[in-house]
Amino acid sequence: MTTATENEQRVWTRKDLIGLEDLSRDELEMILDTAPQFLAVSQRESGIKKVPVLQGRLVVNWFYEPSTRTRTSFELAAKRLSADTLTMNADVSSSKKGETLHDTLYNIEAMHTDIVVIRHSAAGAPRILAERHSSHIINAGDGAHEHPTQGLLDAFTIRQHVRRTRDDPQAGLDGLRVAIIGDIAHSRVARSNVWGLTKLGASVVLCGPRTLLPGAFSKLGADVTSDLCEAIEGADVIYLLRIQLERQGKCLFPSIREYIRLFRIDNESLKAAKKDVLIMHPGPINRDVELSTEVADGPRNVILEQVTNGVAVRMAVMHLLVNKPRVAV
Amino acid sequence: MTLVIKNGDVIDPASKTSMPLDILIEGEHIARIGKDLSGDELFDASGCVVCPGLVDIHVHFREPGFESKETIASGSRAAARGGFTSVVTMPNTQPPIDNGGMVEFVNRRARETACIKIWPAAAATKGRAGAEMTEMAELKAVGAVAVTDDGDDIASSRVLRRCLEYADMCGLTYLGHCEDASLVEGGAMNAGLNSTKLGLSGMPKAMEEIAVDRLMRLAEMTKSKVHVCHVSSAGSVEIVRRAKARGIRVTCETAPHYWTLTDDAVTTFNTNAKMNPPLREEEDVAAIKTGIKDGTIDCIATDHAPHTPTEKDVEFDYAPFGIVGLETSLGLVITELVEPGILTLERAVEMMTSAPARILELPAGKLEEGKPADIAIFDPKAEYTVDPAAFLSRSRNTPFAGRRLRGLVKATLCDGRFVYRAP
Repeated sequence: MTTATENEQRVWTRKDLIGLEDLSRDELEMILDTAPQFLAVSQRESGIKKVPVLQGRLVVNWFYEPSTRTRTSFELAAKRLSADTLTMNADVSSSKKGETLHDTLYNIEAMHTDIVVIRHSAAGAPRILAERHSSHIINAGDGAHEHPTQGLLDAFTIRQHVRRTRDDPQAGLDGLRVAIIGDIAHSRVARSNVWGLTKLGASVVLCGPRTLLPGAFSKLGADVTSDLCEAIEGADVIYLLRIQLERQGKCLFPSIREYIRLFRIDNESLKAAKKDVLIMHPGPINRDVELSTEVADGPRNVILEQVTNGVAVRMAVMHLLVNKPRVAV
Repeated sequence: MTLVIKNGDVIDPASKTSMPLDILIEGEHIARIGKDLSGDELFDASGCVVCPGLVDIHVHFREPGFESKETIASGSRAAARGGFTSVVTMPNTQPPIDNGGMVEFVNRRARETACIKIWPAAAATKGRAGAEMTEMAELKAVGAVAVTDDGDDIASSRVLRRCLEYADMCGLTYLGHCEDASLVEGGAMNAGLNSTKLGLSGMPKAMEEIAVDRLMRLAEMTKSKVHVCHVSSAGSVEIVRRAKARGIRVTCETAPHYWTLTDDAVTTFNTNAKMNPPLREEEDVAAIKTGIKDGTIDCIATDHAPHTPTEKDVEFDYAPFGIVGLETSLGLVITELVEPGILTLERAVEMMTSAPARILELPAGKLEEGKPADIAIFDPKAEYTVDPAAFLSRSRNTPFAGRRLRGLVKATLCDGRFVYRAP
């Protein structure tokens, strides 16, 4: 273990944030290390919850999929950085008939945007935009591909918790075990978390019905199991994914009732877990489906802290992409 | 007026000819093939291979209905630039080629606008809907050379069985687009590690292999002649190999992208690497090459599937399947099959001329005195860079842009006329 000198600095170089697969451990840590100062801004008891980091800049939130949590989080992040914000809720079905994705962005960019936050149901949409357009593109979730800011805020939340409980401001994710449970196949959150957490030194086990857990995930560096007990035994974090109720009737699992029987986290199934295991969820939760109400309201969960941290992490990402500051090691 | 092609290496697989010879052309026909011939005009083919005009039994020329992608005129010019003088056009146009009148339309447009020979394949079912078979005897009578619902498989095994029996009675080969579409919802690329990483809906190899296997069993049961289109997976190659060993009347084709690319080409969400069947994995590329080498795969086809730049310049999920292939096929055969020693030059020419012609009994793919002078002249050593902007096709959707290839077409003659000459 080497001790960094105060002179050592890292420089952010990327124009866009498309996925955590692309980022190095160093880059992931730069983002996590930049976030606390912005968390402090949001937590100001008195005074203005704002910094002039992006004053006069335009951030466009361009959402092709309905979203409340992520959209408001980005919007608030931009506002707390003093940027102007514009939200565009687009409809995929009409966009398929009319203007192409690139043409729409050319039109948005004609208004001199700095950052475009995009959510799209088609995997790869942010990436093809980033390659052609000059705006900073932030992927707010593309199909089943990635949701990088979710992965970042999750890693940040775990790290924050570890540092607090161990009373060690330098503690990281090395050696931690994270169990991600639910519909892995369709989850961009699972993918971003696998990339992010494993690069930061944690190990990840993915758990869900075989129909929603393609075997190829084991080649991404995660363990794969359909046995809930096996997944959560020894885990430091249990990360639950929202089970999409509309997947019923597509022959992926027989019923919510049976899903609950096999995969719900409740006080009973938690007996197999560590006593101090952390419960996380990207929201919105389905009470009494993927987790029971007693767990959802219980002392082990940090679900609302994830939401709080989400704003700070997104502020950090926007700051890094636009201002490319030097970040001390 | 006579023309003599001198100093070339003549390769005519049908007559097992491979030697320096001259070819004398009188009018539309080959007058003589021999040594030291002379004529009014001379084409110096020094350093070049002179072979039968190439034959591609799987192209989409999109006319009628999708003329912004390609027309019979533009497709034929692209074919000529690639060395082809005979192509079999697929019937998935709008409206589809599913009755005698539509076949006659294609034949008329070919007569009026094409610079090479167009052999139409007709639909196997009305409207390509997979329910009722087409009037195959009439289709055959007006010039259809095969039947297929290419672009889609025939989902019902009952309908497929009857189509095979009836087509065989009419002397038409059934071209099988083998895909069990019911296996997945959606489907944008090969199912595997890359689709998992990219979050794109995967199309498992089993989707193709189940359908190839079904076709083999129905061909065996009905004793019909079938041809499997665009074989892409190791499993399909193996199924066809076993079927041939059992004596089933089956032939098959593959396309250049299946021996040159894997689904790694999709990782940038490049829609010009999106086609159906999709690009597979290393083991499949290896099996395709083995199948080409051992003769399990009978011929090379391109599955030339033009789409406009606008149609392809979209989110990966929304892009149509297909890539153009006529203007890169020969180069990919020479560079990736002949030069690495998988095929001899003679065998490569055979898989692009007499072999596909034989499958559909086309009067093409060979050099014979007294027969039409359909000839390709190419320099197997000449290197060039694939430049989509130079394509004569109306479309540009190729994953091979910028690739260095050897095997450059110098000239193509159809019925004794130059239909393409390299600049």
